[in-house]
Amino acid sequence: MKLTLKIWRQNGSQDKGKMVDYQVSDISESMSFLEMMDVLNEQIINEGGEPVAFDHDCREGICGMCSMHINGEPHGPDKGITTCQLHMRSFKDGDTITIEPFRAKAFPVIKDLMVDRSSFERIQQAGGYISVNTSGNTQDANSIPIDKHAADMAMDSATCIGCGACVASCKNASAMLFVGAKVSQYALLPQGQVEAVDRVKNMVAQMDLEGFGNCTNTGACEVECPKGISLENIARLNREYFKANVKG
Amino acid sequence: MSGFFNSSIGRKYAMALSAFFLMIFIVQHFAINILSVFSPDAFNEISHFMGTNPLVQFGLQPILLFGVIFHFVMGFILEIRNRNARVVKYAQYNGDANSTWMSRNMIWSGGFILVFLVIHFIDFWFPEINTKFIQGDMSGLLADGEGYRYYEELTHKFAPIWRVALYCVGFIFLALHLLHGFSSAFQSVGANNKYTRGLKGFGKAYAIIIPLGFIFIALFHHFNQ
Amino acid sequence: MSILDSKVPKGPLKDKWTNYKDKINLVNPANKRSIDIIVVGTGLAGGSAAATLAELGYNVKAFCYQDSPRRAHSIAAQGGINAAKNYQGDGDSTYRLFYDTIKGGDYRSREANVYRLAEVSGNIIDQCVAQGVPFARDYGGLLDNRSFGGVLVSRTFYAKGQTGQQLLLGAYSAMNRQIARGKIEMFNRHEMLDVVKINGKARGIIARNLVTGEIERHSAHAVVIATGGYGNVYFLSTNAMGSNATAAWKVHKKGAFFANPCYTQIHPTCIPRSGDYQSKLTLMSESLRNDGRIWVPKKMEDVMAIREGKKKPTDLSEEERDYYLERRYPAFGNLVPRDVASRAAKERCDAGYGVNATGEAVYLDFKSAIERYGNEQAKLHGITNASKEKITELGEEIIRAKYGNLFQMYEKIVDENPYKTPMMIYPATHYTMGGIWVDYNLMTTVEGLYCIGEANFSDHGANRLGASALMQGLADGYFILPYTIGDYLSHEIRTGKIPTNTPEFDEAEKAVTDQINAFINNKGTHSVDYFHKKLGKVMWDKCGMSRNATDLKEAIQEIKAIREEFYKEVKVPGKANEMNPELEKAGRVADFLELGELFAKDALMREESCGGHFREESVELDGEQEGEAKRNDAEFAFVAAWEYKGEPSDAVLHKEQLEFNDIELKQRSYK
Repeated sequence: MKLTLKIWRQNGSQDKGKMVDYQVSDISESMSFLEMMDVLNEQIINEGGEPVAFDHDCREGICGMCSMHINGEPHGPDKGITTCQLHMRSFKDGDTITIEPFRAKAFPVIKDLMVDRSSFERIQQAGGYISVNTSGNTQDANSIPIDKHAADMAMDSATCIGCGACVASCKNASAMLFVGAKVSQYALLPQGQVEAVDRVKNMVAQMDLEGFGNCTNTGACEVECPKGISLENIARLNREYFKANVKG
Repeated sequence: MSGFFNSSIGRKYAMALSAFFLMIFIVQHFAINILSVFSPDAFNEISHFMGTNPLVQFGLQPILLFGVIFHFVMGFILEIRNRNARVVKYAQYNGDANSTWMSRNMIWSGGFILVFLVIHFIDFWFPEINTKFIQGDMSGLLADGEGYRYYEELTHKFAPIWRVALYCVGFIFLALHLLHGFSSAFQSVGANNKYTRGLKGFGKAYAIIIPLGFIFIALFHHFNQ
Repeated sequence: MSILDSKVPKGPLKDKWTNYKDKINLVNPANKRSIDIIVVGTGLAGGSAAATLAELGYNVKAFCYQDSPRRAHSIAAQGGINAAKNYQGDGDSTYRLFYDTIKGGDYRSREANVYRLAEVSGNIIDQCVAQGVPFARDYGGLLDNRSFGGVLVSRTFYAKGQTGQQLLLGAYSAMNRQIARGKIEMFNRHEMLDVVKINGKARGIIARNLVTGEIERHSAHAVVIATGGYGNVYFLSTNAMGSNATAAWKVHKKGAFFANPCYTQIHPTCIPRSGDYQSKLTLMSESLRNDGRIWVPKKMEDVMAIREGKKKPTDLSEEERDYYLERRYPAFGNLVPRDVASRAAKERCDAGYGVNATGEAVYLDFKSAIERYGNEQAKLHGITNASKEKITELGEEIIRAKYGNLFQMYEKIVDENPYKTPMMIYPATHYTMGGIWVDYNLMTTVEGLYCIGEANFSDHGANRLGASALMQGLADGYFILPYTIGDYLSHEIRTGKIPTNTPEFDEAEKAVTDQINAFINNKGTHSVDYFHKKLGKVMWDKCGMSRNATDLKEAIQEIKAIREEFYKEVKVPGKANEMNPELEKAGRVADFLELGELFAKDALMREESCGGHFREESVELDGEQEGEAKRNDAEFAFVAAWEYKGEPSDAVLHKEQLEFNDIELKQRSYK
């Protein structure tokens, strides 16, 4: 395949940045999208240029590092996958592909397609945990039976990989699906109840502070989430937040 | 709770609660208007009651006005904030791939509804207020004293085709707004459960039937002059 | 007498850890506040260690090269975590987990360490549940277990096919709590480039801020290395792209011995390579071998026909297929341990029976499982005379419920429907049992320098059993290191803050800066990946699944040549003081190029076959086990710990003799 790539190039956070066109050829259909990017970078290096910087690590859809906005969608046109799981057979010979970083005020660009998602870190630090020390003598794991249905739902929420596709796809750059998933995981488990009030209040306060937009329930996040985290998580977040404020 | 309404989620609740109120109001408004198709007399009676009852006029009417203004102002504030959450825009943004046009354009459907509301107020509400509270005519009667004026005024307004067309467009925007807004309001207050599918279906029906009904009323009176 | 002292406590195996804990020195809470610890790497081992040390009151500085601790490659572990809880009442015990791990590791691990690991395994599950890790449960609300290869009990706890992710998020949440409390200072997008030794003790590190390119000095009273394995020495592996051996190699160069580098695990069920552009290999969980049957065609003409697309695998009748694992190992069949399954696949492919264009793939077929489950279901639903289609449909449903996400993953990558046509699989590098040598305290041969998780030479001997890596990482971080490091730090309470403006820091920083500048200023001709791929090919061809003296000797020469060419011809674009992924890669590949040579040297020295290390010269020559791996306990029951002396070829071997008092050494037989 021969392709035209329109890629966002930005040399550092202070640079203004612009879209630059590249041509690549001999792209195999069985290549992953990031392998196509490797081919491009090899080509740029051989021509004496600076390769395109992009985040990636596990290349199997679980670490959440890769973060490209491809042809107007986070992680590209296919559903239920991350950028690294996208394969070139989803494109045709002669296609033009637009590649941009995930865009949000709370995700400033570091370089080219790399963004700084430390806002997610700070939200997690605000309450995304259960306060239990490592002692080796917490109660036996089976002393807290948990309804299988609740455990399965908590697992579904916990599969979030923190990639930020929800923010990138949202027209408001809202982080509610991300926050909703974490709050839900603990809200669905008995272990999470003790700190429920403070957790949701602190996490939402931090989310607001980071400059994410508000949710208008467009549902784009749910569609683009590589792990299929559902909007129910946002509804649960809203309920938990309301409950927490009523309680005090 | 004071912090609640300053938070992003608190504002969602506020938008949803005002939306619920407005959606109930629209049903009531529609119920009265549709009477005009079946029984001019009944329409006149209820219009007079609503127009002169102190509880409605001095209790519900200010709340409604507040609800309308709140919903609009908050909607615009949130839109501005949401736009600020993405400073550099995408060169390519394929919203159709993951969301409906309606959900992404609430500000536009809402904005057109606001324009329509202004016209609607000029057409009906200001003349009413003028007649009742400035000129002090609380009788609700026609100038010649022969019966109530409400039905007469209504049909008169829908005589010119441009106004009918304008109202139709206004209701189409209302339909578009409600197609997303109805279920969205429920999601905002945290109602997402096994009933959600049914509720979404009901919401779609509501969003289409009510505006269509209003359009029908306008057309009915236009063609029955 | 070896200079290596394992410091294993005296006394009976069962009581060693308890007695040890009772007698170690402790640091009082007020003193902990004035002690700093650096933890490099934030996977299961590093993350859990950082969180626990911070809970105890130490000041922790944690480093990871990713943008968040949550992205460490522990996150990719699929199957599960072992623990001797005996919740299923099937006869599991601490001793049995200990025994299985020693045996699975082909008797090349240290007894006392493995017993301790088995001992604390149950605590891990308790701790994780308390943290809110959503393990799978049965309908009664209690924890569910599954069984894994090489053992006779169900002791594996799991969270769908994402156990590693959930455990890591548990450790990450514990870290977040400490970051919020100010007890952990987190350095994301930072890479450790050297360790700093003062008076023989590890006192800090030199790290590069990957965003700004700034070289930073960080001091501490102890340094913990938890940076994972070195599987990427093969270029292609199931590791993450960024997984590297730089931290481990840099401490090795500063005096930490590197143990058993040749012990690598090649996992049998990975998706095969499709072309030269391939950047990484994807693992398919071992659990697939419970229901899949592995085969290649019997006749060479069928192989050719399949490669040319003239025939499809489904066209071949049962008689035309060679289910080689079932043929060679009737007792264990498709469920032989990882090393055995991998070598058998290689044997068939080397003989020319590989079924894809590259000649490196075998089939993993679910057809009989689908039929078997379909028939069962038909009976269950009371369907008599069910049609073939109905049976297939019912069977596919069961397979979908068990392996749906894996089948989907396969289909996304290969674009073939594995329900209708057999999967193609081939072995790939997965885990490295070798690593930095540590004593019972998890301290390396450098005082104050600790190494935990996959990065150390580990408790897995020469071969790791499934679901044991997660167990070891968390055991080291949550339950072992926090005790053992305290014993060392109790002598540091009067040391005071360690300054970074000393000659030792100057020197270490200068070495780091010099290397970076050398890369940037080198006017080479080839990208870093060019050399990495070249190294990977040598490693795979000559130090891969089976090894022999001739190949290994060649490999040593070839790697050396690649290394020399690398320093002359590598081309690193960009600048030093900016985000520069090519520069990062250059430093990592430079270290792999040294490690690879030591790897080959170690493999050459170990003239026996054990676990993941198979020497063609050391096989059973006759009898039932003919052609199988032959261990040599008389000469090689030792840990090979290498001391750095300038060049990998100059490395000096130190032996830690392994003693087995509580377990009898036996040959592993799967016939």
